[in-house]
Amino acid sequence: MKEKTPSKLEKILASGNLAVTSECGPPRGSDPEAIIEKANLIKDYVDAINITDNQTSVTRMCSLAACIRLKLMGLEPVLQMVTRDRNRIALQSDILGAASFDIHNMLCLSGDHQSFGDCASGQNVHDLDSMQLIQTVRRMRDEGKFIGGDEIKRPPKMFVGAAANPFADPFEIRVARLAKKVAAGAEFIQTQCIYNLDKFEKWMEGVRDRGLHEKVHILAGVTPFKSAGMARYMKNKVPGMDVPDEVVKRMSDRPKDKQAEEGINICVESIQRLKEIKGVHGFHVMAIEWEEKVPEIVQRAGLLPRPKM
Amino acid sequence: MIVAEKKPMEEVIKEIKDYKNILLLGCNECVTVCEAGGKKEVGILASALRMYFLNQGEEKRIDEVTLERQCDHEYLEEIRDRIDTYDAVLSLACGVGVQFMADKYVSIPVYPGVNTCFLGATEKRGLWTERCQACGQCILASTAGICPISRCAKRILNGPCGGSTNGKCEISKELDCAWQLIINRLKAMSRMDDYEILLDIKDWSSDRAGGPRKVVREDVQE
Repeated sequence: MKEKTPSKLEKILASGNLAVTSECGPPRGSDPEAIIEKANLIKDYVDAINITDNQTSVTRMCSLAACIRLKLMGLEPVLQMVTRDRNRIALQSDILGAASFDIHNMLCLSGDHQSFGDCASGQNVHDLDSMQLIQTVRRMRDEGKFIGGDEIKRPPKMFVGAAANPFADPFEIRVARLAKKVAAGAEFIQTQCIYNLDKFEKWMEGVRDRGLHEKVHILAGVTPFKSAGMARYMKNKVPGMDVPDEVVKRMSDRPKDKQAEEGINICVESIQRLKEIKGVHGFHVMAIEWEEKVPEIVQRAGLLPRPKM
Repeated sequence: MIVAEKKPMEEVIKEIKDYKNILLLGCNECVTVCEAGGKKEVGILASALRMYFLNQGEEKRIDEVTLERQCDHEYLEEIRDRIDTYDAVLSLACGVGVQFMADKYVSIPVYPGVNTCFLGATEKRGLWTERCQACGQCILASTAGICPISRCAKRILNGPCGGSTNGKCEISKELDCAWQLIINRLKAMSRMDDYEILLDIKDWSSDRAGGPRKVVREDVQE
């Protein structure tokens, strides 16, 4: 996989190193300190930082502005963009805006349904879907063309990513769906949080059978549980999440004050096992509102030091 | 057909309470099939309103008429000779009928008695579900005969999204995931390879995005 952009994340992946990314959710207000503080906690332990785009449909500071904050700090942002809130004009316009600040990574998503958030009575857009957004940004970069066909002056240089959920249903099309995203132009994948490692291994087997692991960099997603309650919540309430009973039990068998530690242990052990899977090229550590634990996870998982590019 | 549901009684009362002579106008088409605005519903609503206003000590004249269709000049003309005897019309037709009525009888206030919901089918008596959003450019040939525009909560053309669980949509365990249905059909037809065909970015200009639409057939015009 030859480098096509100035993205540091792309360089690390192309060099054959395991990449580490993490993510920060922007604040529900306009104070930039919230994002700066979170970024400072993790910046020396990860290669790039995703900024979520109104995740779970709750209105927050926009992803693009928060990415610019990271850029001003000299960090490497991954701009998450969902197709829920913006039509093709706004999406292309925001891609250009990001490119004007030399933001070089983007993750194309459809986004949670707005009924989960604070504007349940709002419209959704979905003018494009996530695959079509991948196609759009690739065309903007590779052909220098807008969707409408007009030429772009100084095209964006985005390393293009997508999400994959190996655990959503139906399982039988999960590999085919990845193949479709790769065909659309995805260059890296960040997966849904992995707790069911057996199922993930089975998915990766299918991925390798089709040679997809040589066409796209797969970053395995992990999220540490803070408590047994969180494990139960993720299992029962979060759509498309697969948390096996034994993992929930492992958390709930520990006394309350030891559960956070156990959550970190599970996360570190998962990374160690995932490292052994052929085709896993890195990790996406999503420590939800627990960014201060990212350094410990990355260190204990043996992913330090991060390569300098 | 167009599926509608009855507006709550309180809302209807609020709409018409200031008028004395009221015509309740039903429609014999879609709203009859979905039991929201046909002759039967006109009768029930008229009786309920009469009883309500009687209890309030208010004298009203509430008449009942159900037309063959309210979206056709021919049938709407049937009330021309008596329309001036009313202060207001409460139409139990879909939004199309209400507007056609308003277009035709410019000086008579017309109120909607139902909420027009969607284009759908009768699954069984008392259960109607959406099947079409009239996007104006049918894609069913590419989606195994199941429409993700009307049946996927995110109208995803290349689905399913990551929220599909046990064949159900992330927004409700009661709601089938449209893409699960598409995949089931592809499987049943031994056409699973078609799943990997990427559906192009859609031209939404034939959808509501392109502004109010019309279909013109000069060959059948008189």
